Amino acid sequence: MVAVARGGSGGIGPPRRGGFRGVVPPGRYSTTWRWAVLLVTAVYFLLPLWAALRFAGIGAFGSVISESGFTSSLALSVRLAAITTLVTIALMLPTAVYVHLRLPKLRRLLEGITILPLVIPPVVLIVGVLAIAPGFIKSTPLLLALEYVILAMPFAYRAIDAGLRALDLKTIVEAAGSLGAGWGSTLWRVLLPNLRTALLPATVLTVALVLGEFTMASLALYQTFPVWIYVNSQTSGQVSVAASLLALFVTWIVLLAITVLGSRQSRKTGGGEVTLFTVAPTETRGD
Amino acid sequence: MTTNTTRDAATTAAGTGPVRAGGGTSVLLRDLTRAFGVTRALDGLSIEMAPGELVALLGPSGCGKTTALRIVAGFEIADTGSVLVDGKDISSVPAARRDMGMVFQSYSLFPNMSAQDNVAFGLRMRKIGTGGRRKRAGDLLDMVGLGPQAGQYPHQLSGGQQQRVALARALAIEPRVLLLDEPLSALDAKVRLQLREQIRTLQQRLGTTTLFVTHDQEEALSIADRVGVMSNGKLEQLAAPDELYTSPASAFVAEFVGVMNRVPGELRGGGMVTALGSTMPVRGHIPDETPVDVLVRPEDLTMQVVEHGNGIVTTRTFLGSVTRVGVQLDGDVAVQVDRPSAESAALAPGASVSVSLPGQPVLVATRRVS
Repeated sequence: MVAVARGGSGGIGPPRRGGFRGVVPPGRYSTTWRWAVLLVTAVYFLLPLWAALRFAGIGAFGSVISESGFTSSLALSVRLAAITTLVTIALMLPTAVYVHLRLPKLRRLLEGITILPLVIPPVVLIVGVLAIAPGFIKSTPLLLALEYVILAMPFAYRAIDAGLRALDLKTIVEAAGSLGAGWGSTLWRVLLPNLRTALLPATVLTVALVLGEFTMASLALYQTFPVWIYVNSQTSGQVSVAASLLALFVTWIVLLAITVLGSRQSRKTGGGEVTLFTVAPTETRGD
Repeated sequence: MTTNTTRDAATTAAGTGPVRAGGGTSVLLRDLTRAFGVTRALDGLSIEMAPGELVALLGPSGCGKTTALRIVAGFEIADTGSVLVDGKDISSVPAARRDMGMVFQSYSLFPNMSAQDNVAFGLRMRKIGTGGRRKRAGDLLDMVGLGPQAGQYPHQLSGGQQQRVALARALAIEPRVLLLDEPLSALDAKVRLQLREQIRTLQQRLGTTTLFVTHDQEEALSIADRVGVMSNGKLEQLAAPDELYTSPASAFVAEFVGVMNRVPGELRGGGMVTALGSTMPVRGHIPDETPVDVLVRPEDLTMQVVEHGNGIVTTRTFLGSVTRVGVQLDGDVAVQVDRPSAESAALAPGASVSVSLPGQPVLVATRRVS
């Protein structure tokens, strides 16, 4: 029975000596394991959510929307997410394209630089910036958006980098050039659409990051959505828990929508599967 | 049907000498040099192309042929020298404004656009309206035989189809010059042959001046009006295919184009050389160094079956009307001799033969140290 599963449905052909030792064929064992792992993970993630839901009670969801500050803080967060995403793409895409085309040796270095925001604590970043930023920027949400661009850099750069590597960038750029396209047209009409599968995950991650960021916003004294939830939890715990649950569901739905839309588009053009971080290029037929 | 007419037209056209008159653009590459670090990719390259002419640049990898094409396209800048199109120096014109159609070695279609949109892209950049774009793109796709595939995306097309779309895309902008950078080398043999003929037919019909870069001599000889053989950044010879084969200007050209034997020879002074018992004049450059080899084509050697000759037949390859016979000569020299197949019955491996030179002027090269 086990032998049949190994040889047949295993998908790795007849059992070989040595070569595939250690690869567990998807037999009865692995099915059981898979479910066990899935169950444990599900409990780990869903239990707190269920607890939060019980604590808040269904009624709290109704009063969230009428709570003072809800709309304005949510609007601020959404606006920040939009600005951050646009600025991030506008900065990172040309940079990554330029480095790929003209300075391929610097790719490693750039990759290293983009990791820095992950290792430097946000507190350090925001305190530093607040100390030196000119007043006119401090008084607008732009300051926060620019900070978020830095935080989003590791995710955005990696996603764009993976997308560029899946393209024959040099040839495509030169082809566009020989047909009369300047840099603007090449970026807008050729590269951007072809990087859609890479930019979607970058956008999702950036949006998720901005909608959830607390430290910087609170230190810079902006009432973004997470800050509002925190402030509100001092007075009405149930409402703030309901608000964070709402935020979570909204984020999930956005994620799902982007993934589904992206996959549909990429199936049409053969651009590969949309997953967070990796873009697997689809092979072209031989001749 | 279309394929047949295409092939016939291409076969009759290919390899004929005179250049078609008509429209088209003249191109002049003047004394181009380009160095990458210490490597001199181009070392004083000059080529003059007549309007409507197809010139193939042929040479081993690293000879500078692609660099030359990329300088004409505007993707590389020459260190010195200039490119003139219809007499005007275009060295300072950016690639996007040179009006040159280019087909690349690797598949270069935009993956996000259908075949139709790919072909229409250059027209879009030229601000031509949707209707005009669609019509012209449709016409060009019909011309390369891909009308029914207009709505398909690159990943749904085979490699050969992709290169045909790329050709249509390059031609859609009515380029002044068509640049082909090894467009066939990623394709398999059969598709390569068909597309080669199609390129030639279209090029002749449209009269577009074309620069075609390849490392495949058969491709170059069959498609071009003139072939430029390059080595180490220099043009060794630029001539019609038959001239290149029958009167190569240098030992490099002689050996790069077609099959060439090397037979040890001895310089006699007064421009004469002795090899295989005959003495004959040396054509072209006489090397200063000795020892030398005489270069001779398989069909230019004569051979008789004799007892105790100067060679032994080792192999015999039937090539249709001729049979190529491998002969091991005295002194460990291997040559190939072409004989009419009808007269080759006695030339079985092991037969003793006498191989000689007919006494015509020959090319001579310094002997290789092996």
